[in-house]
Amino acid sequence: MSSTTPSKLEKMLKAGHQAVTSECGPPRGSDAEAIKEKAQLIKNHVDAINITDNQTSVTRLCSLASCIHLKLAGLEPILQMVTRDRNRIAMQSDILGAASFDIHNILCLSGDHQSFGDCAAGQNVHDLDSMQLIQTVRHMRDEGKFLGGDEIKRPPSMFVGAAANPFADPFEVRVPRLAKKVAAGVEFIQTQCIFNLDKFERWLGEARDRGLLEKVYVLAGLTPLKSAGMAKYMKNRVPGMDVPDEVVERIAGVPKEKQPEEGVKMCIEAVQRLKEVPGVAGFHIMAIEWEEKVPEIVEGGGLYPRPPLD
Amino acid sequence: MIVANGKPLEEIFDLVKDHRKILVAGCNECVTVCEVGGTKEVGILASALRLHFLNQGVEAQVGETTLQRQCDREYVVGARETVEPYDIVVSIACGVGCQFMAEEYAKIPVVPGVNTSFMGGALERGVWSERCQGCGTCLLAQTAGICPVSRCAKRVLNGPCGGSTKGKCEISKDVDCAWQLIVDRLKSLGRMDDYETLTPIKDWSTDRAGGPRTRIKEEVVS
Ligand code: SF4
Ligand code: SF4
Repeated sequence: MSSTTPSKLEKMLKAGHQAVTSECGPPRGSDAEAIKEKAQLIKNHVDAINITDNQTSVTRLCSLASCIHLKLAGLEPILQMVTRDRNRIAMQSDILGAASFDIHNILCLSGDHQSFGDCAAGQNVHDLDSMQLIQTVRHMRDEGKFLGGDEIKRPPSMFVGAAANPFADPFEVRVPRLAKKVAAGVEFIQTQCIFNLDKFERWLGEARDRGLLEKVYVLAGLTPLKSAGMAKYMKNRVPGMDVPDEVVERIAGVPKEKQPEEGVKMCIEAVQRLKEVPGVAGFHIMAIEWEEKVPEIVEGGGLYPRPPLD
Repeated sequence: MIVANGKPLEEIFDLVKDHRKILVAGCNECVTVCEVGGTKEVGILASALRLHFLNQGVEAQVGETTLQRQCDREYVVGARETVEPYDIVVSIACGVGCQFMAEEYAKIPVVPGVNTSFMGGALERGVWSERCQGCGTCLLAQTAGICPVSRCAKRVLNGPCGGSTKGKCEISKDVDCAWQLIVDRLKSLGRMDDYETLTPIKDWSTDRAGGPRTRIKEEVVS
């Protein structure tokens, strides 16, 4: 399969390698050093790096500017874009801005509700939803046109991704919803953090049976737990998260100072198990503010060194 | 109907503090049904104002009236004799009624005594729930009769988002996920296949985004 964009991530996947992506959250200020440093920690172990877009609705240095910093440092960014904060004019404009710096990957999301963040009293926009943003990028890239119909001079050339949460409710629409995103034109999926591996495998199996995995690459999302407290928090407080009791019990069963190590070990075991599952096209490792652990997980999971691309 | 919520009394006291002839004006329609702005509430607010002025040792006159509809010029104009002796009106109709009063009585300040909230219905006595944001191009046929514009916190037209948990919205365990409701209803109608139809990018020009809307029914306009 030939690539349609210059994206390294796309090339990696199309060459049949299991891809590895990770993500960095931008700082709450204008000093870009922090994000560049985080990216340097992981750059040899991943193919591309997501930059979150005001995650959990907390105002931060913008994803686009952060992506530009990475791009200028020679790394491959994935621009995350949520539909919460911008209307279709702003989103198309930012897509062009990213394209002007040859940013070749985008992840289309609706974003967390603003009530979770530092501007709970703010408006949200949601002019488009995540599926419609996927359609928008595909339209701009493939038709070379704006939503309004006018031609784009030098259209964006972006590999188009989205998130999927196999654990949100209702479970029966989880596969149809993936089918819907595929119909909208998504090309790769990064999943929500997987702690319930059985349920993820069931979801992926159903997606495979529907022939969806021939049309979209699914990267399994993994997050190393730092402590039993974090496991409990994610289980009870983070919407749409499925952390089974045995996961909480396992990390809670080791002494506090050993819990981070246990969390990393569990993450590595998850990579090792999911690597063998047909249809897992790669991994998306979200080591929330714990980027230095990503190399260990990638190596422990047998995903290192990263295969060369010619 | 339009659902409103009474403003805190302190706020209303502050709004009228420079006036001595105050008319509390209610409305017999939506705000009566949602129990914030009908004759009964006019009486309660007027008494509260009288008591407030009495406590302040201030002599003030507080009048009461309830219009059939404050969102209808005919009734607003018809209240002229009642309204004009006063030097401020506290309207406890919705924001529409309050504005109609203000438009008609150019020389008299008209202030709102309620916060107008949403278009909704009564689930039970004392409990009202939002159902519509008047987007101007109704999607209910595609969404099994449940409105994602007004009932989904992110207004996603192809939901649910990843935050839906046990039938509830990510913003609160007390809020139903609109998309869970849509899926449940599609299922009970035997229409789950429809779920996979992508809802296209919406034309919001018929919504608030298109600017203030006016509707003219030609055959009725004289
Ligand atoms: S789709 Fe629009 S018109 Fe229909 S109920 Fe929802 S907000 Fe109201
Ligand atoms: S959880 Fe449901 S109602 Fe809440 S924002 Fe997501 S789709 Fe909308």
